[in-house]
Amino acid sequence: MIPAPFEYERATSVAHALELMAQGGEDARLLAGGHSLLPLMRLRLARPTLLVDIGGLDDLKYVSGNGDAIEIGALTTHHEIADSHELGEACPLLTTTAAQIGDPQVRHRGTIGGSVAHADPASDLPTALLAMDAEFVIEAVGGSRSVAAADFFEGPFMSALGDGEILTSIRVPVSGASGVYRKFNRRAQDWAIVGVAALIGTDGGAISSAAIGLTNMGGTPLRAEAVEASLVGVSGADEVAAAAAQVADIGMPPGDEQASAEYRLHLASVLIRRAVGDVLT
Amino acid sequence: MATAERYVGGGVLRKEDPTLLTGQGSFVESITLPGMVHVAFARSPYGAARINGIDTGAAANAPGVLAVFTGEDLAGEWAAALPMAWPVTEDIRIPDHWPVARDAVRYVGDAVAVVVAETREQAIDAVDLVDVDYEVLPAVVDIESARADGAARVHEQFDSNDCYTWTHTNGDVDAAFAKADVVIKEHYTQPRLIPNAIEPRAVVVQPTPAAGDFTVWSTTQIPHIAKVLFALTAGIPEAKLRVIAPDVGGGFGSKLNIYAEDVTCLVLARRLGVPTRWVAGRSEGYVATIHGRDQIQEIELAADSAGKILGYRASILANMGAYLQLITPGTPLLGGFLFCGSYGGEAYHFECTGVFTNTTPTDAYRGAGRPEATYAIERAIDALGRAVGVDPVEIRRRNFLPKGEMVESPCGLAFDTTDYETNLDHAVDLLGYEALRAEQAERRARGATRQLGIGFSTYVEMCGLAPSQVLGSLNYGAGGWDAATVRILPTGQAEVVTGSSPHGQGHVTSWSQIAADALGVSFEDVIVLHGDTQVAPHGMNTYGSRSLAVAGVAVHNACGHVVEKARRLAAHSLEVAPEDLEFEGGTFTVKGVPERQTSIQEVAYAAWTAHSLPEGEEPGLTAHHVFDPPNFTFPFGTHVCVTEIDMETGQVEIARYLAVDDCGNVVNPQIVDGQVHGGVAQGIAAALYEEARYAEDGTLETSSMLNYLVPSAAEMPVFELDRTVTPSNSNPMGVKGIGEAGTIASAPAVINSVVDGLSHLGVTEMTMPATPERVWQTIQNAKGGAA
Ligand SMILES: Cc1cc2nc3c(=O)[nH]c(=O)nc-3n(C[C@H](O)[C@H](O)[C@H](O)COP(=O)(O)OP(=O)(O)OC[C@H]3O[C@@H](n4cnc5c(N)ncnc54)[C@H](O)[C@@H]3O)c2cc1C
Repeated sequence: MIPAPFEYERATSVAHALELMAQGGEDARLLAGGHSLLPLMRLRLARPTLLVDIGGLDDLKYVSGNGDAIEIGALTTHHEIADSHELGEACPLLTTTAAQIGDPQVRHRGTIGGSVAHADPASDLPTALLAMDAEFVIEAVGGSRSVAAADFFEGPFMSALGDGEILTSIRVPVSGASGVYRKFNRRAQDWAIVGVAALIGTDGGAISSAAIGLTNMGGTPLRAEAVEASLVGVSGADEVAAAAAQVADIGMPPGDEQASAEYRLHLASVLIRRAVGDVLT
Repeated sequence: MATAERYVGGGVLRKEDPTLLTGQGSFVESITLPGMVHVAFARSPYGAARINGIDTGAAANAPGVLAVFTGEDLAGEWAAALPMAWPVTEDIRIPDHWPVARDAVRYVGDAVAVVVAETREQAIDAVDLVDVDYEVLPAVVDIESARADGAARVHEQFDSNDCYTWTHTNGDVDAAFAKADVVIKEHYTQPRLIPNAIEPRAVVVQPTPAAGDFTVWSTTQIPHIAKVLFALTAGIPEAKLRVIAPDVGGGFGSKLNIYAEDVTCLVLARRLGVPTRWVAGRSEGYVATIHGRDQIQEIELAADSAGKILGYRASILANMGAYLQLITPGTPLLGGFLFCGSYGGEAYHFECTGVFTNTTPTDAYRGAGRPEATYAIERAIDALGRAVGVDPVEIRRRNFLPKGEMVESPCGLAFDTTDYETNLDHAVDLLGYEALRAEQAERRARGATRQLGIGFSTYVEMCGLAPSQVLGSLNYGAGGWDAATVRILPTGQAEVVTGSSPHGQGHVTSWSQIAADALGVSFEDVIVLHGDTQVAPHGMNTYGSRSLAVAGVAVHNACGHVVEKARRLAAHSLEVAPEDLEFEGGTFTVKGVPERQTSIQEVAYAAWTAHSLPEGEEPGLTAHHVFDPPNFTFPFGTHVCVTEIDMETGQVEIARYLAVDDCGNVVNPQIVDGQVHGGVAQGIAAALYEEARYAEDGTLETSSMLNYLVPSAAEMPVFELDRTVTPSNSNPMGVKGIGEAGTIASAPAVINSVVDGLSHLGVTEMTMPATPERVWQTIQNAKGGAA
């Protein structure tokens, strides 16, 4: 289909983009990789009056680290993340998650900032970032602020981003823990029916720290806190399975034509068990 | 003497590909004409509603809009409603099907108004502004609710939603069932499928008002049939119409139809006197292009205690959708002769009731009735095997029709040539069946997370849709012949004009191979012309895996006539009798006098100059042939699917897929393999992924590729392919057809494999598509039952 008519402006800097967004009013939208926004526009489910294209802002495309934390520019593509040696060493959870998004075209166009800002509960990177306790740096006309992942996602397609604000970078603490992302879908290029991000620290064969993020198990990415608590100190497969079953603690996930609530919950516990198992073996 | 290079059977590369792969193809959408206007359709968002009024004012005033028409506005344009060419019974109910609805809409996507604008974008924008006053009515979307007491009626003028009931009986079925030791009865459903050609539908019409003629470029599989039916629908003399199917990006049956958009663009071109163009969007195509399958099936087999089948009963309900498109009612009946599959027996009864619902009409989709029938018999024979305690391979062997020619099937037809057991044996060998069964047992014993399933499908199918008389006896509205003209140009190349209309099948390549061999010219020197009714005036087009077995044979035979004439002319110039000439590699040589020879190109030049022709011969080296075969062809084969089932998630992965097909003699092995790949992929798609779903109010829930799951190459296994060759006797080339075999064979192989993989839990049933949740739920139920 063809989108409804809209105006288009190409931003030359973050400040310029903020200015254009302010002029454009509430129906202006930022355009990054376009791989969430354009499909919605083509189905006329989104009808922005103005698109402010930030795709050309190369200074928002970077990965830089200082040992304790890594900062990733919002326009860094999924492919660049999956391909980054530095990230692979410091935050393997992020690279393996990015590598499982969509297909190669999607990964070459889609950006981490777009994925976070879009706040689709079925997206993969937000879950991994939540499990990693990432922080999101936001620029507004009045100045900048930083929001923790745990506070950022407010509901399906709703976030702490205000009208006209721009997510400029993502900061991820470097923990030394192992990371696995397990995604369940029916076609290789599809969104997750359920996704599990596991960030697991080990000490002498037992789990010393655990962060478990869940994709598409609610209106936002979630943490499986009861599972996390039960995993610490655990080393055997049976104990891991018992801990994984505690995912039910999050309450009933949504049911839809892809999967009933009951099946989703079951899948989540299987995926958690397998993800943690991947780390332990 | 020149040794002839043989192209048929060899691995020449497709001639079409360099053009298509470098973006030099010419598709309907890329045609632009001066003054061309763009058409878009306003469509019903409701499954059923009365139209109380349409306000087109806002749309008419939108930027770039030239005109807006409602169904009433266009009422005077039609000489007839949209055609339905297969009235299968005397008392079939045929509702009027106007291209643009008048007083009521009957499915989501039914066109209610047409916007004409300067650009496609403007036309689409203005569609949003067409204001229709709908009185929404209750809808029925599935077969069972459409047949329930008090169901809302899709067409008020009929007292129920039944469209027709067609029956067919061969032999004494009751007697066969009466003496049976074992009777099994199975129920299956065929989900509705949405065809997904890579190129959406499109049409461009150029009028020449002064002459009163029209050229229609359409993404059609059937330019010749379309020409006849466009003429009848729009009331334009057929001789004033030229229909062109340029490069067409796939069809799978979905472009074997006469659609509202094509004829509307035609009458708008007449009315406005300017070229018109419409291009479908993908989601628009999902509602406005025919769907496939959608059946509820019941099949019963009566057998002796050894599992030898005596009789068959098949009874199906087929969802027609809201209207009857070109061959909607006949499509399920194409399967009516295949519910006995490749097996013997004494008697067979089949009945099919077509049912109207508030959904997009169904029609022929790759396999058209035969995948549905094959699914039923191939699953039922497994069920029979279970009932008598016999392995799936053995139960098939016990029931195969014998090897032979014109073998009578209990369905009532004679199959051209059969050799099923050789084919199955070969597949079982390639598979390493015993080792797989051992591995399956080992995994079961170990309680492995991933269990193994092995599923068979020993299909036979009926294609090369042909003998005109037989089609006539089934009340089909057209013949089954096809035509070819072959001429050798004065400068030596051969032009082959074919009545088939390829849209991905590679006819240009295959026909070049056939002609090159028959005429003794090089493959490169053959040019194939098709798809334009002015260039190739005679044809019955491409569907039902008929092209090679009918149109390809017509090419072969026409080449034979060319060679006969060339022989007479060569004999004249060499001053010998025609019988004294040998023809090999394009050269006529006087027997025993090798230095006295002339080439077919020299003969063609002499025929063109016509300076010295034998008495009574016309100038030119050309021949026309129309082939109407005496019988269908019946390809067959063995498909085996090995699945790995994740017992914790229910996800099914195809570990191996082996297909040993028998399509008779093979012209181009690579093209045959490609057809099997694509066909099997479509069957796997039906078995595991695709399912069109309607909400109760008639909304198509699977309205885009986001939720209608067309699998990609990533989901496909490596296909292991081989062949046996049992030439057909329905045509002189011994060819059968392979376009649909993969789709026909594969879905039951996959589902049989899933059932087999869970059989140790007592599972015997599985509904298509075998989604992970459905499989998981089945495992849960089976475990619950066992505990
Ligand atoms: C076929 C297909 C398959 C896909 N599969 C997956 C998948 O498996 N997993 C997955 O997670 N995703 C998937 N996606 C989505 C893909 O990852 C998107 O690229 C991503 O979600 C959005 O990134 P983008 O740069 O394309 O954002 P855009 O589409 O450009 O923007 C998305 C939204 O975010 C806003 N936005 C963008 N950048 C910023 C910013 N810097 N600051 C503030 N707001 C911003 C935009 O205004 C818009 O509202 C798929 C997409 C497609 C088309």
